[in-house]
Amino acid sequence: MKQGDNLTARSSFRTVDLLRESAFSVLSRPTRALLTGLGTMLGVGAFIATIALTDSTRAQVSSRFDALKATEIHLKDSNPDGTNPFPVDSSVILTSLNGVRHAGLYFPISTSAQLVPRASLDNSRKADGTIQLIAAESGAIAATLPRFSQGSSFTTFHEIRKEKVALLGRVAANQLGITRIDNQPVVAIGDISFVVMGILDDVGRNPDFLLSVIIPASTATAILPIRSSEFQVLIDTDPGAAQLIGRQAPIALRPDAPDRIQALVPPDPVTLRRQVSGDVTALFLALSVLALLIGAVAITNATLVSVMERRSEIGLRRALGAKKSHIWLQFCTESAGIGTGAAIIGLSISVIGVSIACAINHLVLTLNPSVLLAAPLIGLTTGALSGVLPATRAARTPPSISLQA
Amino acid sequence: MFQSPEIEVINLARTFAGTPPVHALKPCSFSIDPGDFVAICGPSGSGKSTLLGLLGLLDVPTGGEYVLGGKRTSELSDSERSTVRAFDLGFVFQSFHLMNYRTVEDNIQLGLIYQGVRQQQRRERTNHVLELVDLIDRRHALCSTLSGGEKQRVAIARALVRQPRVILCDEPTGNLDSANTHNIVELLTELNSSGQTIVMITHEEDVAAAASRRLEIVDGSVSEVK
Repeated sequence: MKQGDNLTARSSFRTVDLLRESAFSVLSRPTRALLTGLGTMLGVGAFIATIALTDSTRAQVSSRFDALKATEIHLKDSNPDGTNPFPVDSSVILTSLNGVRHAGLYFPISTSAQLVPRASLDNSRKADGTIQLIAAESGAIAATLPRFSQGSSFTTFHEIRKEKVALLGRVAANQLGITRIDNQPVVAIGDISFVVMGILDDVGRNPDFLLSVIIPASTATAILPIRSSEFQVLIDTDPGAAQLIGRQAPIALRPDAPDRIQALVPPDPVTLRRQVSGDVTALFLALSVLALLIGAVAITNATLVSVMERRSEIGLRRALGAKKSHIWLQFCTESAGIGTGAAIIGLSISVIGVSIACAINHLVLTLNPSVLLAAPLIGLTTGALSGVLPATRAARTPPSISLQA
Repeated sequence: MFQSPEIEVINLARTFAGTPPVHALKPCSFSIDPGDFVAICGPSGSGKSTLLGLLGLLDVPTGGEYVLGGKRTSELSDSERSTVRAFDLGFVFQSFHLMNYRTVEDNIQLGLIYQGVRQQQRRERTNHVLELVDLIDRRHALCSTLSGGEKQRVAIARALVRQPRVILCDEPTGNLDSANTHNIVELLTELNSSGQTIVMITHEEDVAAAASRRLEIVDGSVSEVK
């Protein structure tokens, strides 16, 4: 019995055959397929590289920027009247807030002639230059992220006992001629001697501390005439907590008059990062999209040429029973396949390239897995869309072309 | 017992638009019964390929009616014509029309793809026709490595595997030497002996002599050669 006796039969093209025929057509001309997909390869590669580099750089900026700048808050008196607007237990209140690592009050003490720190009680030995005198709580010292070359910071123990102890900034110590503390050197402020507990070699923030003699705030308040209008609280927060702490702190410290305290919060790092990297990222993404468009046009052109070259094959397929839709589907599938393959190659090359670039620049490679999945989809979509015009033209090829030698 | 014709052509005509219009095939009528081996002869440009294109539903007539296996083809849509080509017709072309980068087996199976035949059944049917055309040992060879005679045998196998009502051959020996021509004609004769309807276009007298019937076409007019 002949097939033609089956009147219900219809010309069909099973999906597995569609994929197989498309794969054969593409793989039988590998060089052409590679060149056809070159634009898409470059486009997807550039796109992935842009995103990967942006993410990696952003992570690096974040790790550096967040650690120092975005975790620093200064609380100031918004209406200075010479009195201390902060409650005595400010540091305790602030450190109870989630996200605060260190916090403490500090204020400069006006260095009238009698209060210029000297290396001894002998008034004849004056320090060269002007050395600042700062009163600070131990929390404020810790919040500056200090590094000591000698000794260590005073603690709450010294503050409670109002001990006459002092820390020296590196520059101040040089000016006072104090280089070591194992012989228990003292500095004289007025006619009071303060034992030097440590010398600050460096600080992460508030570099003026390096120029100063720092004594406990409680000691200063108890024994020195304070006429400061610059009471401040320095807070060191966890990364990402500064914005929230900046809003909470004035209320926590002065629920009766939160407006009295002004919080100086660094710009939101996320916003700042976006501003910094946004323009560059947009530029690169625009270039990537341009490359993708060029890639799409390249696929369209190459496939159009391929349709012209394969008219005989198309005619044969039509003669063998392929419908117009079968031809259309096959050419679209071939284009989509080329686009997908090119995207995967472009993705691989860009990931390798970005990995090398990150290794050279000591960056941690940061790449969202969804981007890796998106790349083949972008290639597939680009390829399929690029194939629509050639596929439509191929489908219009008349079957009678097969009769031409 | 009355047997309905496999092909019935009633005033079939094909005119190509132009100034003046070209009457490539003037209205003609004939019928071909199941099991016929018909040769259509004529000089170059006489309208042979135009007629074959119409019989193979590769082209659309401008007049008349073509009935294939009892189906009036003038009423068919493009999609339905594809279905008829897929199931009822087999083609053998002068220039083989094989995909040279594919194997013999793949080329033959291409004839079954648009019938929706599954892989296992395709293999079985392909092996069967490969034995008929004596190419079973070359089934994995690339078509680019075959001789002209072998290529035409693959093309015949591709037509045969579809189990069509009619095999349409367009100058099947046009690109072959005399030895291969003889082999192909012998093969077609054998197929016809087993009941296969064959319509063959040729301008070679000795090839046409193998057919049981001859139609001649001159300047678009078809006539029966007694």
